Amino acid sequence: MKKWYEYLWIFSAVYMISGFFNILFAWIGMICFITPLLLSIIGKGKIYCNRYCGRGQLFELLGGRLKLSSNRNIPAFIRSKWFRYGFLAFFMTMFAIMIFSTYLVYNGTNNLKEVVTLLWTIKLPWNWTNTSAVSPWVAQFAFGFYSVMLTSTILGLITMFFFKPRSWCVYCPMGTMTQGISMLKYRGKVK
Amino acid sequence: MKKAMINQAECVACGVCEKNCPRKAITIFHGIYAQVNENLCIGCRKCERVCPASVIQVVQKEVAS
Repeated sequence: MKKWYEYLWIFSAVYMISGFFNILFAWIGMICFITPLLLSIIGKGKIYCNRYCGRGQLFELLGGRLKLSSNRNIPAFIRSKWFRYGFLAFFMTMFAIMIFSTYLVYNGTNNLKEVVTLLWTIKLPWNWTNTSAVSPWVAQFAFGFYSVMLTSTILGLITMFFFKPRSWCVYCPMGTMTQGISMLKYRGKVK
Repeated sequence: MKKAMINQAECVACGVCEKNCPRKAITIFHGIYAQVNENLCIGCRKCERVCPASVIQVVQKEVAS
């Protein structure tokens, strides 16, 4: 019998698609940021990655079952500490910049920019959603957050294609953070 | 006997090996690294094949009898 959490890939797939229809759905993705951190803080380790990560399951499905992965070994430098923590630092910097631009819209300094930025550089116009029902900063955060989610999904798909299906998990910033939290929490117990 | 060996210093604790192990011989130690119960491991290489970080190797091990 399959467990309920083995279907969470459906949630991830629906989430990514929903952003194309209404950018405000991007907010739901906060679940994927807060839940893993909370679970590791309360001492559950990487149970989010191990069980509940819909994105990981989606890569397993696409790369494994649908054979879209070449299953090669990942280059050793990607699993090195400096690369993983470096990528986390880069990711957090970009996240902070995104929060700051949300603040500038909240503040009234800037106007809402209806673009989704791919790979931190390519700006895609995304102006088919009517966001007038919410404050501009709420919409700005949605655009920024969806950019983060779409960019990381694309990176994950690229490495899924070239290496093992769940290659994203090796350098996933959330995974690096939850492992780091677990290391701090259980530092006395490590062999 | 062949047994799975995990490079725990570079393991990312993603849990793919644990999920795929047909003998439930692998567990994730407090979200830090994977560990193998050598009494259960049959050296089938499934974990070695699926590990996204490629930190598992199945090696010949001497077993004290």
